[in-house]
Amino acid sequence: MNASVPGQLTSSLLYLDGVSVTFDGFKAIRGLSLTIEPGEMRAIIGPNGAGKTTMMDIITGKTKPDVGTVMFGGSIDLTRLDEAAIANLGIGRKFQKPTVFDFHTIEDNILLALKAPRSVAKTLFWKTAAAQAKRIDDILGIIKLGDARDRVAGSLSHGQKQWLEIGMLLAQDPKLLLVDEPAAGMTDGETAQTAILLKDIARDHSVIVVEHDMGFIRELGVKVTVLHEGAVLAEGPLDQVSANERVVEVYLGR
Amino acid sequence: MITRFLLQDMDKRGGVFLVVVAAIAILVPLLNLLLPAGSPFHVPTSTMSLWGKYLCYALLAISLDLVWGYCGILSLGHGAFFALGGYAMGMYLMRQIGSRGTYGNPVLPDFMVFLNWQELPWYWWGFSSFPFAMLMVLLAPGLLAFVFGWFAFRSRVTGVYLSIITQALTYALLLAFFRNDMGFGGNNGLTDFKDILGFNVQAQATRAALFFATCVMLIAGFLVARSIVVSKLGKVVIAIRDAESRTRFLGYRVDRFKLFVFTVSACMAGVAGALYVPQVGIINPSEFAPANSIETVIWVAVGGRGTLVGAALGAVVVNYAKTVFTSGFMAPYWLFALGALFVFVTLFMPKGILGTAQQLWEKRRKPAPVAAPEPAPAE
Repeated sequence: MNASVPGQLTSSLLYLDGVSVTFDGFKAIRGLSLTIEPGEMRAIIGPNGAGKTTMMDIITGKTKPDVGTVMFGGSIDLTRLDEAAIANLGIGRKFQKPTVFDFHTIEDNILLALKAPRSVAKTLFWKTAAAQAKRIDDILGIIKLGDARDRVAGSLSHGQKQWLEIGMLLAQDPKLLLVDEPAAGMTDGETAQTAILLKDIARDHSVIVVEHDMGFIRELGVKVTVLHEGAVLAEGPLDQVSANERVVEVYLGR
Repeated sequence: MITRFLLQDMDKRGGVFLVVVAAIAILVPLLNLLLPAGSPFHVPTSTMSLWGKYLCYALLAISLDLVWGYCGILSLGHGAFFALGGYAMGMYLMRQIGSRGTYGNPVLPDFMVFLNWQELPWYWWGFSSFPFAMLMVLLAPGLLAFVFGWFAFRSRVTGVYLSIITQALTYALLLAFFRNDMGFGGNNGLTDFKDILGFNVQAQATRAALFFATCVMLIAGFLVARSIVVSKLGKVVIAIRDAESRTRFLGYRVDRFKLFVFTVSACMAGVAGALYVPQVGIINPSEFAPANSIETVIWVAVGGRGTLVGAALGAVVVNYAKTVFTSGFMAPYWLFALGALFVFVTLFMPKGILGTAQQLWEKRRKPAPVAAPEPAPAE
């Protein structure tokens, strides 16, 4: 963690400025600027190829930007850290396709995500303390998988896997959660429950939600950023954004 | 405390394995030493040494299972670590010959005298001491694995690419050890051993003691591997096998976990090699042959990867079959049989002997098992 620069450069939790990245000549992100305040929940929408997932890759260290600033907590330059270091700073990520550890039980999935020292020695001699066991129980309760704790995660339904992954994010207890399409492949009932769960989480965490489902965004009722061709097209409340002519044009292809 | 750490959550399968190996460790040497050669229960010394060899292979198989079955690192070069451990032991045994060699040189092994070398190369220093040699049995493979893994895992070389470079590693060592001026006896390797710790290596009692030591180290290796895989670290390692980048996003430094199991595994393979050499009486560069490492992979696949016990079982079963097949009229067909076995196991028993047996057992007990996840792709 020697990437920190002395002094707070910005009060935002996450600060992206002029970020660009090119893959084989294709500009996935061009001059993207975005700030997330502490405790804020933000929805990000945009058509396919708008750069939503690439943006998450940049924030979590999977992709390095060609140019631009990515700062976390005001003074930490994320472009100089790798995935594990960024995760340990307190940025958690849920993938578009639910990614859980299929061969582990649900409980072990949560245990692996649980905020705890990540070193080789500490994990080799790990003993789950009572407080940690209780935290695991609580999370299993929140994601409604308490009864299934001993089942292997591979046997879960798609919707349950999404929830398990949200549970893993909760266990990580990050400062910032990046949630990629949490409602994808869910029934309407599950989608509504997921919205409630995310709103609950947003009370004490900052959250960025990438979603296609407008109904879901409406239920969240938060500020929306529209991405298009790797840059911000519009920003504001959903009603204002969806009335924006450029946004309508991009979405409907007129 | 260490005992408790090693024995935590011991399951039935592991318990049976420990009891069986412990029983063999005691019974076989006793039946060999105490019963007269005419008794029907007498175990001939040659049989005992042969089984000692199998058990060394079992330890090697467990070490490979630790990295392949649990961490998804398909090493096609584990024979290199086995051979390095073997060479470290061989160097100790060479130094014990003293002036009893053909040329009677008290310091230099015969092959060095033959090459007109005047003094012992620096890397042979210290090998007359047993504790030093045993340290090298662990350090030589461990250090190689550490350096190799440090570069490979940091650069995120995975899957088939990693398998290929492990194969290249053992092949490079094969070529290097063939050279006479490496100072390891060239293609003849190290042989004509006389004593180990002052006891004649050929003596029946020494052979029995070596057999016993092999069983003890097999048990120790199994316990170490098992305590690793049942710990939280073991869960992280399985997570890496199944979803490496997800594990990274949870904040685990994947390269360090891989490096840890790879190095531990290499040390274990080295111990297996060190026990192998005095029982077969020779170590030469052919132990580095890529085919050896691939055979080890087959043992693990046949026994059932990701089970530890299965790996050991596979090593013994395949090698017993090899002995039977290669000593009769079927000898020319052994490689065909081995290849067919691998194809058969891959197609029809993807979980190996142990996994398949367990599946059948569970099916008998409860007719409708919970849907199991798809088996991980065999890398």
